[in-house]
Amino acid sequence: MKDKLAEKLLLFIAFSAILSLLLITFFIFQQGIPLIFKAGFQNFFSLKWAPTKGGFGIVSMIVGSLMVTAGALVVGVPFGLGCAIFLAEFSSSAFQKTLKPIIELLAGIPSVVYGFIGIVILIPFIRDTFGGPGFSVLAASIILGIMILPTIVSISYDALMSVPSTYRDGSLALGATRWQTVVMCLIPAARSGIVASIILGMGRAIGETMAVIMIAGNALKIPGSILDSVRTLTSTIALELGYAAGDHRAALFACGSFLFLIIILLNIIAIRVTGRK
Amino acid sequence: MTLRIGPRTNQIIAYVILLLMTIITIVVLFFIIGFVFRNGLGQLSLEFLTDKTREMGKEGGIFPSIVGTLFVTIVAIIIATPLGVGSAVYLVEYTRGGVIRRIISFGADCLAGVPSIIFGLFGFIFFVIQLNLGWSILSGGLTLAVMILPTIIRTSEEAIKAVPHSYREISYSLGGGKLDTILKVVLPTSLPGILTGIILGIGRAVGETAAVIFTAGSSLGIPTSLFSSTRTLAVHFYILAREGISMPKAYGTATVLIIIILIVNFVAYRLMHRFIAQYY
Repeated sequence: MKDKLAEKLLLFIAFSAILSLLLITFFIFQQGIPLIFKAGFQNFFSLKWAPTKGGFGIVSMIVGSLMVTAGALVVGVPFGLGCAIFLAEFSSSAFQKTLKPIIELLAGIPSVVYGFIGIVILIPFIRDTFGGPGFSVLAASIILGIMILPTIVSISYDALMSVPSTYRDGSLALGATRWQTVVMCLIPAARSGIVASIILGMGRAIGETMAVIMIAGNALKIPGSILDSVRTLTSTIALELGYAAGDHRAALFACGSFLFLIIILLNIIAIRVTGRK
Repeated sequence: MTLRIGPRTNQIIAYVILLLMTIITIVVLFFIIGFVFRNGLGQLSLEFLTDKTREMGKEGGIFPSIVGTLFVTIVAIIIATPLGVGSAVYLVEYTRGGVIRRIISFGADCLAGVPSIIFGLFGFIFFVIQLNLGWSILSGGLTLAVMILPTIIRTSEEAIKAVPHSYREISYSLGGGKLDTILKVVLPTSLPGILTGIILGIGRAVGETAAVIFTAGSSLGIPTSLFSSTRTLAVHFYILAREGISMPKAYGTATVLIIIILIVNFVAYRLMHRFIAQYY
Protein backbone atom coordinates (compact mmCIF):
# COMPACT_ATOMS: atom_id res chain seq x y z
CA MET A 1 0.00 0.00 0.00
CA LYS A 2 2.66 2.47 1.13
CA ASP A 3 4.92 1.15 -1.64
CA LYS A 4 2.26 1.61 -4.31
CA LEU A 5 1.62 5.17 -3.19
CA ALA A 6 5.34 5.95 -3.24
CA GLU A 7 5.68 4.56 -6.75
CA LYS A 8 2.82 6.72 -8.03
CA LEU A 9 4.28 9.80 -6.38
CA LEU A 10 7.76 9.12 -7.77
CA LEU A 11 6.38 8.53 -11.25
CA PHE A 12 4.70 11.91 -11.01
CA ILE A 13 7.93 13.56 -9.85
CA ALA A 14 9.93 11.78 -12.53
CA PHE A 15 7.93 13.57 -15.17
CA SER A 16 9.01 16.98 -13.82
CA ALA A 17 11.87 17.36 -16.30
CA ILE A 18 9.86 16.50 -19.41
CA LEU A 19 6.94 18.53 -18.05
CA SER A 20 9.21 21.56 -17.61
CA LEU A 21 10.46 21.09 -21.16
CA LEU A 22 6.87 21.01 -22.45
CA LEU A 23 5.92 24.08 -20.41
CA ILE A 24 8.92 25.98 -21.76
CA THR A 25 8.11 24.94 -25.32
CA PHE A 26 4.47 25.88 -24.90
CA PHE A 27 5.02 29.31 -23.41
CA ILE A 28 7.85 30.38 -25.72
CA PHE A 29 5.92 29.27 -28.82
CA GLN A 30 2.58 30.63 -27.60
CA GLN A 31 4.18 34.06 -27.14
CA GLY A 32 6.30 34.03 -30.28
CA ILE A 33 4.71 32.01 -33.08
CA PRO A 34 1.54 34.13 -33.56
CA LEU A 35 3.71 37.15 -34.33
CA ILE A 36 5.55 35.28 -37.09
CA PHE A 37 2.22 34.66 -38.81
CA LYS A 38 0.93 38.15 -38.07
CA ALA A 39 4.05 39.78 -39.51
CA GLY A 40 4.36 37.27 -42.32
CA PHE A 41 7.36 35.13 -43.22
CA GLN A 42 8.63 37.71 -45.65
CA ASN A 43 8.87 40.30 -42.92
CA PHE A 44 10.26 37.84 -40.36
CA PHE A 45 12.98 36.53 -42.64
CA SER A 46 14.15 39.94 -43.80
CA LEU A 47 16.96 42.25 -42.79
CA LYS A 48 14.88 45.00 -41.27
CA TRP A 49 14.66 44.85 -37.47
CA ALA A 50 12.63 47.80 -36.21
CA PRO A 51 10.21 46.02 -33.87
CA THR A 52 8.50 49.18 -32.67
CA LYS A 53 7.74 50.17 -36.27
CA GLY A 54 6.59 46.81 -37.61
CA GLY A 55 9.94 45.52 -38.92
CA PHE A 56 10.58 42.06 -37.53
CA GLY A 57 13.40 40.80 -39.74
CA ILE A 58 15.79 38.51 -37.89
CA VAL A 59 18.09 37.46 -40.74
CA SER A 60 21.06 39.57 -39.64
CA MET A 61 20.83 38.04 -36.16
CA ILE A 62 20.57 34.50 -37.52
CA VAL A 63 23.67 35.15 -39.61
CA GLY A 64 25.34 36.69 -36.56
CA SER A 65 24.55 33.68 -34.40
CA LEU A 66 25.81 31.30 -37.08
CA MET A 67 29.02 33.29 -37.58
CA VAL A 68 30.03 33.39 -33.92
CA THR A 69 29.08 29.74 -33.51
CA ALA A 70 31.18 28.72 -36.50
CA GLY A 71 34.02 30.86 -35.15
CA ALA A 72 33.70 29.23 -31.74
CA LEU A 73 33.96 25.79 -33.34
CA VAL A 74 37.05 26.81 -35.32
CA VAL A 75 38.72 27.85 -32.06
CA GLY A 76 37.24 25.28 -29.69
CA VAL A 77 37.18 22.02 -31.66
CA PRO A 78 40.92 21.64 -32.46
CA PHE A 79 41.97 22.64 -28.95
CA GLY A 80 39.23 20.58 -27.33
CA LEU A 81 39.99 17.44 -29.34
CA GLY A 82 43.73 17.98 -28.96
CA CYS A 83 43.36 18.19 -25.21
CA ALA A 84 41.08 15.16 -25.07
CA ILE A 85 43.46 13.04 -27.17
CA PHE A 86 46.48 14.17 -25.18
CA LEU A 87 44.75 13.35 -21.90
CA ALA A 88 43.39 10.02 -23.02
CA GLU A 89 46.37 8.65 -24.95
CA PHE A 90 49.58 10.51 -24.17
CA SER A 91 49.50 11.16 -20.44
CA SER A 92 49.79 9.21 -17.22
CA SER A 93 46.70 8.46 -15.19
CA ALA A 94 47.91 10.76 -12.41
CA PHE A 95 48.08 13.62 -14.92
CA GLN A 96 44.59 12.77 -16.18
CA LYS A 97 43.22 12.74 -12.64
CA THR A 98 44.56 16.21 -11.91
CA LEU A 99 43.81 17.79 -15.24
CA LYS A 100 40.27 16.64 -15.95
CA PRO A 101 38.71 18.39 -12.93
CA ILE A 102 40.75 21.50 -13.75
CA ILE A 103 39.35 21.61 -17.27
CA GLU A 104 35.86 20.93 -15.95
CA LEU A 105 36.38 23.91 -13.68
CA LEU A 106 36.48 26.05 -16.82
CA ALA A 107 32.81 25.10 -17.30
CA GLY A 108 31.97 26.42 -13.85
CA ILE A 109 33.33 29.92 -14.43
CA PRO A 110 30.27 32.16 -14.95
CA SER A 111 29.77 33.41 -18.50
CA VAL A 112 29.82 37.03 -17.34
CA VAL A 113 33.42 36.51 -16.19
CA TYR A 114 34.38 35.35 -19.68
CA GLY A 115 32.68 38.39 -21.14
CA PHE A 116 34.53 40.61 -18.71
CA ILE A 117 37.90 39.06 -19.61
CA GLY A 118 36.92 39.73 -23.21
CA ILE A 119 36.28 43.40 -22.48
CA VAL A 120 39.41 44.10 -20.48
CA ILE A 121 41.95 41.97 -22.36
CA LEU A 122 40.81 40.65 -25.72
CA ILE A 123 39.01 43.73 -27.06
CA PRO A 124 41.92 46.16 -26.49
CA PHE A 125 44.30 43.55 -27.93
CA ILE A 126 42.24 43.14 -31.12
CA ARG A 127 41.80 46.91 -31.43
CA ASP A 128 45.53 47.53 -31.14
CA THR A 129 46.63 44.65 -33.34
CA PHE A 130 44.08 44.57 -36.16
CA GLY A 131 42.37 47.93 -35.86
CA GLY A 132 38.60 48.42 -35.84
CA PRO A 133 36.43 48.73 -32.74
CA GLY A 134 37.62 45.49 -31.17
CA PHE A 135 34.06 44.42 -30.35
CA SER A 136 33.77 41.86 -33.11
CA VAL A 137 33.01 38.44 -34.51
CA LEU A 138 36.63 37.54 -33.78
CA ALA A 139 36.41 38.48 -30.10
CA ALA A 140 33.14 36.59 -29.66
CA SER A 141 34.52 33.53 -31.48
CA ILE A 142 37.61 33.32 -29.29
CA ILE A 143 35.73 33.73 -26.01
CA LEU A 144 32.98 31.29 -27.06
CA GLY A 145 35.65 28.88 -28.28
CA ILE A 146 37.20 28.88 -24.80
CA MET A 147 33.76 28.51 -23.23
CA ILE A 148 32.91 25.35 -25.20
CA LEU A 149 36.29 23.71 -24.50
CA PRO A 150 35.20 21.87 -21.34
CA THR A 151 32.17 20.37 -23.11
CA ILE A 152 34.28 19.10 -26.00
CA VAL A 153 37.22 17.91 -23.88
CA SER A 154 35.18 16.09 -21.32
CA ILE A 155 32.75 14.27 -23.66
CA SER A 156 35.44 13.40 -26.25
CA TYR A 157 37.75 12.21 -23.48
CA ASP A 158 35.05 9.91 -22.11
CA ALA A 159 34.39 8.61 -25.62
CA LEU A 160 38.11 7.87 -26.21
CA MET A 161 38.45 6.20 -22.83
CA SER A 162 35.48 3.94 -23.48
CA VAL A 163 37.06 2.45 -26.60
CA PRO A 164 37.88 -1.15 -25.56
CA SER A 165 41.59 -1.47 -24.79
CA THR A 166 41.79 -4.51 -27.09
CA TYR A 167 41.46 -2.08 -30.04
CA ARG A 168 44.42 -0.12 -28.76
CA ASP A 169 46.51 -3.20 -28.00
CA GLY A 170 45.69 -4.78 -31.35
CA SER A 171 46.78 -1.73 -33.28
CA LEU A 172 49.98 -1.31 -31.28
CA ALA A 173 50.77 -5.01 -31.66
CA LEU A 174 50.56 -4.60 -35.43
CA GLY A 175 53.41 -2.13 -35.15
CA ALA A 176 51.47 1.10 -35.44
CA THR A 177 52.77 4.06 -33.46
CA ARG A 178 50.57 5.60 -30.76
CA TRP A 179 49.66 8.45 -33.08
CA GLN A 180 48.73 6.09 -35.92
CA THR A 181 46.61 4.16 -33.43
CA VAL A 182 44.85 7.37 -32.43
CA VAL A 183 44.15 8.48 -35.99
CA MET A 184 43.30 5.17 -37.60
CA CYS A 185 41.74 3.24 -34.78
CA LEU A 186 40.64 5.24 -31.73
CA ILE A 187 39.13 8.31 -33.38
CA PRO A 188 36.98 6.23 -35.74
CA ALA A 189 35.91 4.02 -32.84
CA ALA A 190 35.04 7.01 -30.63
CA ARG A 191 33.52 8.95 -33.53
CA SER A 192 29.97 9.13 -32.21
CA GLY A 193 31.04 10.54 -28.85
CA ILE A 194 33.33 13.06 -30.51
CA VAL A 195 30.59 14.21 -32.88
CA ALA A 196 28.17 14.49 -29.95
CA SER A 197 30.67 16.64 -28.04
CA ILE A 198 30.98 19.00 -31.00
CA ILE A 199 27.21 19.25 -31.43
CA LEU A 200 26.70 19.96 -27.73
CA GLY A 201 29.49 22.54 -27.86
CA MET A 202 27.71 24.11 -30.81
CA GLY A 203 24.51 24.27 -28.77
CA ARG A 204 26.36 26.00 -25.96
CA ALA A 205 27.90 28.54 -28.34
CA ILE A 206 24.70 29.39 -30.17
CA GLY A 207 22.78 29.76 -26.90
CA GLU A 208 25.37 31.79 -25.00
CA THR A 209 24.13 35.25 -24.18
CA MET A 210 25.86 37.39 -21.59
CA ALA A 211 29.44 36.88 -22.75
CA VAL A 212 28.42 37.62 -26.34
CA ILE A 213 26.54 40.80 -25.46
CA MET A 214 29.59 42.11 -23.67
CA ILE A 215 32.07 41.57 -26.51
CA ALA A 216 30.31 41.29 -29.87
CA GLY A 217 29.39 44.96 -30.28
CA ASN A 218 25.74 44.21 -31.10
CA ALA A 219 25.46 46.32 -34.29
CA LEU A 220 22.40 45.42 -36.33
CA LYS A 221 23.91 44.45 -39.65
CA ILE A 222 25.50 41.48 -41.34
CA PRO A 223 29.21 41.76 -40.58
CA GLY A 224 31.47 42.18 -43.60
CA SER A 225 34.58 40.83 -41.91
CA ILE A 226 35.50 39.08 -38.70
CA LEU A 227 36.59 42.42 -37.26
CA ASP A 228 33.08 43.85 -37.60
CA SER A 229 30.56 44.14 -34.83
CA VAL A 230 27.83 41.49 -34.79
CA ARG A 231 24.54 40.84 -33.05
CA THR A 232 23.14 37.40 -32.27
CA LEU A 233 19.60 36.14 -31.60
CA THR A 234 20.42 35.71 -27.93
CA SER A 235 21.86 39.20 -27.48
CA THR A 236 18.80 40.76 -29.10
CA ILE A 237 16.54 38.98 -26.64
CA ALA A 238 18.59 39.95 -23.60
CA LEU A 239 19.22 43.53 -24.71
CA GLU A 240 15.60 44.35 -25.46
CA LEU A 241 13.46 42.18 -23.18
CA GLY A 242 13.81 44.65 -20.30
CA TYR A 243 11.79 47.36 -22.00
CA ALA A 244 9.92 45.62 -24.83
CA ALA A 245 6.13 45.52 -24.88
CA GLY A 246 3.36 44.31 -27.19
CA ASP A 247 4.49 43.11 -30.61
CA HIS A 248 8.09 43.98 -29.79
CA ARG A 249 8.09 41.57 -26.87
CA ALA A 250 6.32 38.96 -29.00
CA ALA A 251 9.06 39.40 -31.61
CA LEU A 252 11.69 38.61 -28.98
CA PHE A 253 9.81 35.46 -28.11
CA ALA A 254 9.74 34.66 -31.83
CA CYS A 255 13.56 34.93 -31.80
CA GLY A 256 13.48 32.67 -28.75
CA SER A 257 11.24 30.15 -30.55
CA PHE A 258 13.62 30.03 -33.48
CA LEU A 259 16.64 29.58 -31.19
CA PHE A 260 14.80 26.97 -29.14
CA LEU A 261 14.01 24.96 -32.27
CA ILE A 262 17.67 24.95 -33.32
CA ILE A 263 18.77 23.87 -29.83
CA ILE A 264 16.22 21.06 -29.54
CA LEU A 265 17.23 19.85 -32.99
CA LEU A 266 20.92 19.85 -32.01
CA ASN A 267 20.07 18.01 -28.78
CA ILE A 268 18.08 15.37 -30.60
CA ILE A 269 20.94 14.84 -33.06
CA ALA A 270 23.43 14.56 -30.18
CA ILE A 271 21.24 12.08 -28.30
CA ARG A 272 20.71 10.06 -31.49
CA VAL A 273 24.40 10.02 -32.35
CA THR A 274 25.44 8.69 -28.97
CA GLY A 275 22.54 6.26 -29.10
CA ARG A 276 21.87 6.77 -25.42
CA LYS A 277 19.03 4.56 -24.23
CA MET B 1 60.75 14.73 -54.71
CA THR B 2 58.16 14.51 -52.00
CA LEU B 3 59.27 14.78 -48.46
CA ARG B 4 58.34 11.65 -46.57
CA ILE B 5 58.00 11.85 -42.84
CA GLY B 6 58.38 8.58 -41.01
CA PRO B 7 55.74 7.45 -38.56
CA ARG B 8 58.08 8.07 -35.62
CA THR B 9 58.73 11.68 -36.59
CA ASN B 10 55.05 12.07 -37.29
CA GLN B 11 54.26 10.85 -33.80
CA ILE B 12 56.72 13.27 -32.25
CA ILE B 13 55.25 16.19 -34.17
CA ALA B 14 51.72 15.20 -33.17
CA TYR B 15 52.78 14.78 -29.56
CA VAL B 16 54.34 18.23 -29.43
CA ILE B 17 51.29 19.88 -30.99
CA LEU B 18 48.89 18.11 -28.64
CA LEU B 19 51.07 18.95 -25.66
CA LEU B 20 51.14 22.61 -26.69
CA MET B 21 47.35 22.66 -27.08
CA THR B 22 46.87 21.16 -23.64
CA ILE B 23 49.33 23.61 -22.11
CA ILE B 24 47.59 26.56 -23.78
CA THR B 25 44.21 25.41 -22.48
CA ILE B 26 45.52 25.15 -18.93
CA VAL B 27 47.35 28.47 -19.17
CA VAL B 28 44.15 30.19 -20.37
CA LEU B 29 42.23 28.85 -17.39
CA PHE B 30 44.83 29.90 -14.86
CA PHE B 31 45.25 33.22 -16.61
CA ILE B 32 41.53 34.03 -16.36
CA ILE B 33 41.36 33.19 -12.66
CA GLY B 34 44.75 34.75 -11.92
CA PHE B 35 43.94 37.96 -13.76
CA VAL B 36 40.66 38.48 -11.90
CA PHE B 37 42.29 37.67 -8.57
CA ARG B 38 45.28 39.94 -9.14
CA ASN B 39 43.00 42.91 -9.73
CA GLY B 40 40.24 41.91 -7.37
CA LEU B 41 41.74 40.42 -4.19
CA GLY B 42 42.87 43.89 -3.11
CA GLN B 43 39.26 45.07 -3.23
CA LEU B 44 38.09 42.48 -0.75
CA SER B 45 37.52 43.61 2.80
CA LEU B 46 35.00 42.95 5.51
CA GLU B 47 33.45 46.27 4.60
CA PHE B 48 33.08 45.30 0.93
CA LEU B 49 31.29 42.10 1.91
CA THR B 50 29.00 43.57 4.56
CA ASP B 51 28.24 47.09 3.38
CA LYS B 52 25.20 48.29 1.48
CA THR B 53 25.65 49.07 -2.21
CA ARG B 54 25.68 52.84 -2.74
CA GLU B 55 25.43 54.99 -5.87
CA MET B 56 24.47 52.05 -8.13
CA GLY B 57 27.61 50.19 -7.12
CA LYS B 58 30.19 52.92 -7.45
CA GLU B 59 30.52 53.03 -3.68
CA GLY B 60 29.90 50.68 -0.81
CA GLY B 61 29.86 46.91 -0.79
CA ILE B 62 27.94 43.97 -2.19
CA PHE B 63 26.00 42.78 0.85
CA PRO B 64 22.52 43.00 -0.78
CA SER B 65 23.73 40.91 -3.73
CA ILE B 66 25.25 38.28 -1.44
CA VAL B 67 21.94 37.98 0.41
CA GLY B 68 20.03 37.92 -2.90
CA THR B 69 22.25 35.22 -4.39
CA LEU B 70 21.90 33.15 -1.22
CA PHE B 71 18.09 33.35 -1.17
CA VAL B 72 17.59 32.71 -4.88
CA THR B 73 19.94 29.72 -4.72
CA ILE B 74 18.26 28.31 -1.60
CA VAL B 75 14.82 28.52 -3.26
CA ALA B 76 16.18 26.79 -6.38
CA ILE B 77 17.79 23.98 -4.37
CA ILE B 78 14.76 23.42 -2.12
CA ILE B 79 12.57 22.95 -5.18
CA ALA B 80 14.96 21.13 -7.50
CA THR B 81 16.37 18.63 -4.98
CA PRO B 82 13.21 16.60 -4.23
CA LEU B 83 12.21 16.66 -7.91
CA GLY B 84 15.67 15.70 -9.13
CA VAL B 85 16.40 13.00 -6.57
CA GLY B 86 12.84 11.64 -6.88
CA SER B 87 13.22 11.41 -10.66
CA ALA B 88 16.54 9.63 -10.28
CA VAL B 89 15.12 7.14 -7.76
CA TYR B 90 12.26 6.39 -10.11
CA LEU B 91 14.59 5.99 -13.09
CA VAL B 92 16.90 3.54 -11.35
CA GLU B 93 14.61 1.67 -8.96
CA TYR B 94 11.29 1.51 -10.80
CA THR B 95 11.95 1.40 -14.53
CA ARG B 96 13.45 -1.42 -16.50
CA GLY B 97 14.13 0.23 -19.83
CA GLY B 98 10.95 0.90 -21.75
CA VAL B 99 9.16 3.93 -23.07
CA ILE B 100 8.68 5.76 -19.77
CA ARG B 101 12.38 5.62 -19.01
CA ARG B 102 13.22 6.90 -22.51
CA ILE B 103 10.79 9.80 -22.18
CA ILE B 104 12.15 10.83 -18.78
CA SER B 105 15.76 10.56 -19.94
CA PHE B 106 15.02 12.50 -23.09
CA GLY B 107 13.40 15.26 -21.02
CA ALA B 108 16.42 15.53 -18.73
CA ASP B 109 18.94 15.45 -21.60
CA CYS B 110 17.11 18.08 -23.63
CA LEU B 111 16.53 20.32 -20.63
CA ALA B 112 20.26 20.17 -19.90
CA GLY B 113 21.00 21.61 -23.33
CA VAL B 114 18.53 24.49 -23.19
CA PRO B 115 20.45 27.79 -23.03
CA SER B 116 19.95 30.05 -20.04
CA ILE B 117 18.37 32.90 -22.02
CA ILE B 118 15.51 30.53 -22.92
CA PHE B 119 15.03 29.83 -19.22
CA GLY B 120 15.05 33.58 -18.72
CA LEU B 121 12.31 34.07 -21.35
CA PHE B 122 10.28 31.22 -19.90
CA GLY B 123 10.65 32.38 -16.30
CA PHE B 124 9.74 35.91 -17.32
CA ILE B 125 6.53 34.98 -19.12
CA PHE B 126 5.47 32.10 -16.84
CA PHE B 127 6.51 32.98 -13.28
CA VAL B 128 6.80 36.76 -13.48
CA ILE B 129 3.78 37.51 -15.68
CA GLN B 130 1.36 34.54 -15.88
CA LEU B 131 1.68 33.49 -12.24
CA ASN B 132 2.01 37.14 -11.32
CA LEU B 133 4.95 36.58 -8.98
CA GLY B 134 6.65 39.70 -10.32
CA TRP B 135 10.40 40.22 -10.39
CA SER B 136 11.18 38.37 -7.21
CA ILE B 137 13.38 35.93 -5.37
CA LEU B 138 10.63 33.34 -5.85
CA SER B 139 10.47 33.81 -9.67
CA GLY B 140 14.26 33.71 -9.92
CA GLY B 141 14.55 30.67 -7.67
CA LEU B 142 11.84 28.75 -9.54
CA THR B 143 13.48 29.51 -12.90
CA LEU B 144 16.87 28.35 -11.63
CA ALA B 145 15.25 25.24 -10.15
CA VAL B 146 14.08 24.20 -13.61
CA MET B 147 17.54 24.98 -14.99
CA ILE B 148 19.51 22.88 -12.49
CA LEU B 149 17.01 20.01 -12.42
CA PRO B 150 18.84 17.94 -15.10
CA THR B 151 22.19 18.31 -13.29
CA ILE B 152 20.67 16.91 -10.10
CA ILE B 153 18.78 14.13 -11.93
CA ARG B 154 21.85 12.93 -13.83
CA THR B 155 24.30 13.03 -10.92
CA SER B 156 21.83 11.38 -8.51
CA GLU B 157 21.04 8.74 -11.12
CA GLU B 158 24.71 7.79 -11.42
CA ALA B 159 25.06 7.75 -7.63
CA ILE B 160 22.03 5.52 -7.09
CA LYS B 161 23.11 3.18 -9.88
CA ALA B 162 26.46 2.74 -8.14
CA VAL B 163 24.89 1.31 -4.98
CA PRO B 164 25.78 -2.39 -5.11
CA HIS B 165 22.83 -4.64 -5.82
CA SER B 166 23.64 -6.87 -2.87
CA TYR B 167 22.73 -4.01 -0.50
CA ARG B 168 19.19 -4.03 -1.82
CA GLU B 169 18.95 -7.83 -1.69
CA ILE B 170 20.06 -7.88 1.92
CA SER B 171 17.43 -5.31 2.79
CA TYR B 172 14.72 -7.32 1.04
CA SER B 173 15.84 -10.53 2.69
CA LEU B 174 15.48 -8.85 6.06
CA GLY B 175 11.86 -8.14 5.20
CA GLY B 176 12.29 -4.54 4.07
CA GLY B 177 9.79 -3.26 1.51
CA LYS B 178 10.77 -1.38 -1.61
CA LEU B 179 10.21 2.05 -0.07
CA ASP B 180 12.04 1.10 3.14
CA THR B 181 14.95 -0.17 1.09
CA ILE B 182 15.14 3.08 -0.86
CA LEU B 183 14.85 5.33 2.18
CA LYS B 184 17.05 3.36 4.58
CA VAL B 185 19.60 1.72 2.29
CA VAL B 186 19.81 3.20 -1.21
CA LEU B 187 19.55 6.91 -0.42
CA PRO B 188 21.91 6.97 2.60
CA THR B 189 24.50 4.99 0.64
CA SER B 190 24.32 7.24 -2.41
CA LEU B 191 24.12 10.45 -0.37
CA PRO B 192 27.63 11.77 -1.18
CA GLY B 193 26.96 11.32 -4.91
CA ILE B 194 23.58 13.03 -4.62
CA LEU B 195 25.15 15.89 -2.65
CA THR B 196 27.68 16.32 -5.46
CA GLY B 197 24.81 16.90 -7.89
CA ILE B 198 23.18 19.41 -5.55
CA ILE B 199 26.46 21.28 -5.06
CA LEU B 200 27.10 21.41 -8.82
CA GLY B 201 23.56 22.80 -9.10
CA ILE B 202 24.45 25.49 -6.56
CA GLY B 203 27.49 26.37 -8.68
CA ARG B 204 25.37 26.78 -11.80
CA ALA B 205 22.76 28.84 -9.94
CA VAL B 206 25.32 31.19 -8.40
CA GLY B 207 27.05 31.92 -11.71
CA GLU B 208 23.88 32.36 -13.75
CA THR B 209 22.95 35.73 -15.22
CA ALA B 210 20.63 35.54 -18.22
CA ALA B 211 18.04 33.39 -16.44
CA VAL B 212 17.84 35.53 -13.29
CA ILE B 213 18.13 39.07 -14.62
CA PHE B 214 14.63 38.84 -16.15
CA THR B 215 13.07 36.89 -13.29
CA ALA B 216 14.62 38.20 -10.06
CA GLY B 217 15.19 41.68 -11.41
CA SER B 218 18.04 43.95 -10.42
CA SER B 219 16.86 45.83 -7.34
CA LEU B 220 19.65 46.82 -4.98
CA GLY B 221 17.64 46.79 -1.77
CA ILE B 222 18.14 44.11 0.85
CA PRO B 223 15.33 41.61 0.19
CA THR B 224 12.68 41.42 2.89
CA SER B 225 10.51 38.60 1.58
CA LEU B 226 10.30 35.95 -1.14
CA PHE B 227 8.47 38.50 -3.25
CA SER B 228 11.22 41.13 -3.10
CA SER B 229 13.13 41.81 -6.26
CA THR B 230 16.85 41.25 -5.86
CA ARG B 231 20.11 41.50 -7.77
CA THR B 232 22.35 38.44 -7.59
CA LEU B 233 26.15 38.73 -7.55
CA ALA B 234 26.47 37.65 -11.17
CA VAL B 235 23.87 40.20 -12.31
CA HIS B 236 25.49 42.92 -10.20
CA PHE B 237 28.87 42.12 -11.71
CA TYR B 238 27.39 42.16 -15.22
CA ILE B 239 25.85 45.59 -14.67
CA LEU B 240 29.02 47.00 -13.09
CA ALA B 241 31.19 45.75 -15.95
CA ARG B 242 28.89 46.45 -18.88
CA GLU B 243 27.85 49.92 -17.84
CA GLY B 244 31.39 50.70 -16.71
CA ILE B 245 30.13 51.86 -13.32
CA SER B 246 33.24 50.92 -11.37
CA MET B 247 36.04 48.66 -12.52
CA PRO B 248 37.55 48.12 -9.04
CA LYS B 249 34.15 47.07 -7.68
CA ALA B 250 33.62 44.85 -10.72
CA TYR B 251 36.93 43.07 -10.08
CA GLY B 252 36.04 42.70 -6.41
CA THR B 253 32.63 41.20 -7.22
CA ALA B 254 34.13 38.86 -9.84
CA THR B 255 36.68 37.68 -7.28
CA VAL B 256 33.94 36.84 -4.79
CA LEU B 257 32.02 34.99 -7.53
CA ILE B 258 35.05 32.96 -8.58
CA ILE B 259 36.00 32.12 -5.00
CA ILE B 260 32.47 30.77 -4.43
CA ILE B 261 32.65 28.74 -7.65
CA LEU B 262 36.10 27.35 -6.74
CA ILE B 263 34.91 26.31 -3.28
CA VAL B 264 31.75 24.74 -4.69
CA ASN B 265 33.64 22.78 -7.33
CA PHE B 266 36.31 21.68 -4.87
CA VAL B 267 33.75 20.38 -2.38
CA ALA B 268 31.79 18.62 -5.14
CA TYR B 269 34.99 17.04 -6.46
CA ARG B 270 36.13 15.82 -3.04
CA LEU B 271 32.72 14.34 -2.24
CA MET B 272 32.55 12.57 -5.59
CA HIS B 273 36.05 11.27 -5.13
CA ARG B 274 35.30 9.80 -1.73
CA PHE B 275 32.16 8.26 -3.12
CA ILE B 276 33.94 6.73 -6.11
CA ALA B 277 36.74 5.38 -3.91
CA GLN B 278 34.12 3.65 -1.81
CA TYR B 279 31.92 2.00 -4.41
CA TYR B 280 33.73 1.55 -7.69
